[in-house]
Amino acid sequence: MNLFLETFIGGLLAGTMYSLVAIGFVLIYKASGVFNFAQGSILLFSGLTFVTLLEKGVPFAGALAITIVILVVGAVVIERTVLRPLANRSPMTLFMATLGLSYVVEGTAQGLMGAQVHALDLGIEDVPVFIGDVMISQFDLVAALTAVLLAAVLALLFNRTRIGVSLRAVADDTRAALSIGINLNRIWQIVWAVAGITGLVAGMLWGARQGIQFSLSLVVLKALPVLIIGGFTSIGGAIVGGLIVGAAETLAETYIGRFVGGGITPWFPYFLAIAFLYIRPAGLFGERALERV
Amino acid sequence: MSQSLSSPLLVLPDNNFRLFTPAILLIGFIVVPVTGSDYWLGAILVPFLILSLAGLGLNLLTGYAGQTSLGSGGFMSVGAFATFGLVVHGGVPLPVALLLSGLITAGAGLLFGLPSDRIKGFYLMVSSLAAQFFFEWLFQKFPWFYNYDSSGTIELPRLSVFGLDVSSPVGRYLTTLVIVVALTWFAANLVRSQTGRSWMAIRDMDTAAAVIGIPVYRTKVLAFAVSSFYLGVAGALWAFIYLGSASVQSFGIARSFQVLFIIIIGGVGSISGNFIGAAFISLLPLAIDHVAQHLFAGHVDAGLLQNIQKAIFGLLIILFLVREPDGLARLFKSFGERLTNWPLRF
Repeated sequence: MNLFLETFIGGLLAGTMYSLVAIGFVLIYKASGVFNFAQGSILLFSGLTFVTLLEKGVPFAGALAITIVILVVGAVVIERTVLRPLANRSPMTLFMATLGLSYVVEGTAQGLMGAQVHALDLGIEDVPVFIGDVMISQFDLVAALTAVLLAAVLALLFNRTRIGVSLRAVADDTRAALSIGINLNRIWQIVWAVAGITGLVAGMLWGARQGIQFSLSLVVLKALPVLIIGGFTSIGGAIVGGLIVGAAETLAETYIGRFVGGGITPWFPYFLAIAFLYIRPAGLFGERALERV
Repeated sequence: MSQSLSSPLLVLPDNNFRLFTPAILLIGFIVVPVTGSDYWLGAILVPFLILSLAGLGLNLLTGYAGQTSLGSGGFMSVGAFATFGLVVHGGVPLPVALLLSGLITAGAGLLFGLPSDRIKGFYLMVSSLAAQFFFEWLFQKFPWFYNYDSSGTIELPRLSVFGLDVSSPVGRYLTTLVIVVALTWFAANLVRSQTGRSWMAIRDMDTAAAVIGIPVYRTKVLAFAVSSFYLGVAGALWAFIYLGSASVQSFGIARSFQVLFIIIIGGVGSISGNFIGAAFISLLPLAIDHVAQHLFAGHVDAGLLQNIQKAIFGLLIILFLVREPDGLARLFKSFGERLTNWPLRF
């Protein structure tokens, strides 16, 4: 029972790390209907930029600020060169464009800043904390809190600010939003910038955990089943999806994995996602689209 | 061909290019083997042909039936490991093993295409990724699949087709060419058959296709099976005819992306596009290498070059999607039309 609780809680906390990545996806999908495959490479890029600046002797806050500025500029450039020319094209085309974008971002990041592994120390000690008999990683706790905090900040941003309201208008009905004078291109730029910053947060946490290296960009493949389960359009769904995937994959590895030789975490979430989709084809919190001829 | 269905503006008959295919075949079967060097045959043309075949497989699924897949690498690995298993464990001759492993892969594709009745669009991508990661795990975890080899690689002892040894570069080239030509001929006819037309109807709008009486689910699953057959054969060829020995790493997610890029650059929903895209993808790294050697003469290390290559690929993908969504095939076609109509402007 103790083992079960420990695996379960550890899985839940690890799952919030997936949620962090998935939130960036959801933001962009809501505002522009783009399935942004480049989110993983943005994670890599922002993490790598941040750690390179740190290694150059820039203080923590300065490095953070510079990275954010670069991400905002990047968002504007992406909007102008990729999204605007491809406006009104099929979602599949846009998805493939972000696939191309991920290659550009990865190539640029590693070309400019090298492909070696960088260690990143955020000053969070990875010592286990005991609650009763159950051992919990302190780092995971901090990561989980960050995810919750980020979701709260985003919720405030969406519901209380002018930008947030126009963003929701765009997500709800792009054409109606345009007709009342919302600047769609500006909204896209803001959303990509915010998603970039979420990517930075996720990149820093993942980077502190496993070092900043190429495999960061593969986290995107972990976030995909999370999105599928939570639905593409709900931030709450991204968090719940992350928790489900995190808990399920660690439990599966512990209890099923040993019968088949282990190492099943790469594919287990996908099968879980398929099972979920059979029951709810648009995810837990996703909106079911009506089909008309 | 199929383009004339979707774009009625295309008035030019294909008659002007009637001699095009025989000419290409003549060059491919006679001129190239006689004049080509071993390096060109074995290291450039063979992988080019195999990648074209893989592209063709994905294009049938994505370009014609409209179902996106990121699992091409996984299905290629099924073909490779099935061929290996059939030859080593079953003692089946290579050509038969190739055919059978294509069918086995088709079965695997069918299985992972089953969710397509409830799951659509991006959500369906998850099914293909499930296939990708499942097969990567499967062929690494269970030593039976690679015959308990210590390094986990698979390798065939002798390449022979009906008693003929084909392990020379020319032999490998011709074997690949025969298979690729036969399968391309089949695909070109398939997409013009009722099946192909049903696929395109589903691609364009599956609800409408259902309304006019196309059995949508069965047709989609068939597309998965046929596409996987092609990918399986391509995977087997890639492992044994091109690489010689292969492991799961040869069929990772990067391979899936590569095949996807081939069809985007070449042309989604085009047969010839796969060849153009594959040629482009095989030649571009060589060209970049060449330019870098000339310009910087050893000042650029391999890692940086690889990253530059990656960024250029990405830029090209975006550029193609923005400028020429129908790919190089379309570009070549309009160029050909302008040539035949010259000096008239239209």
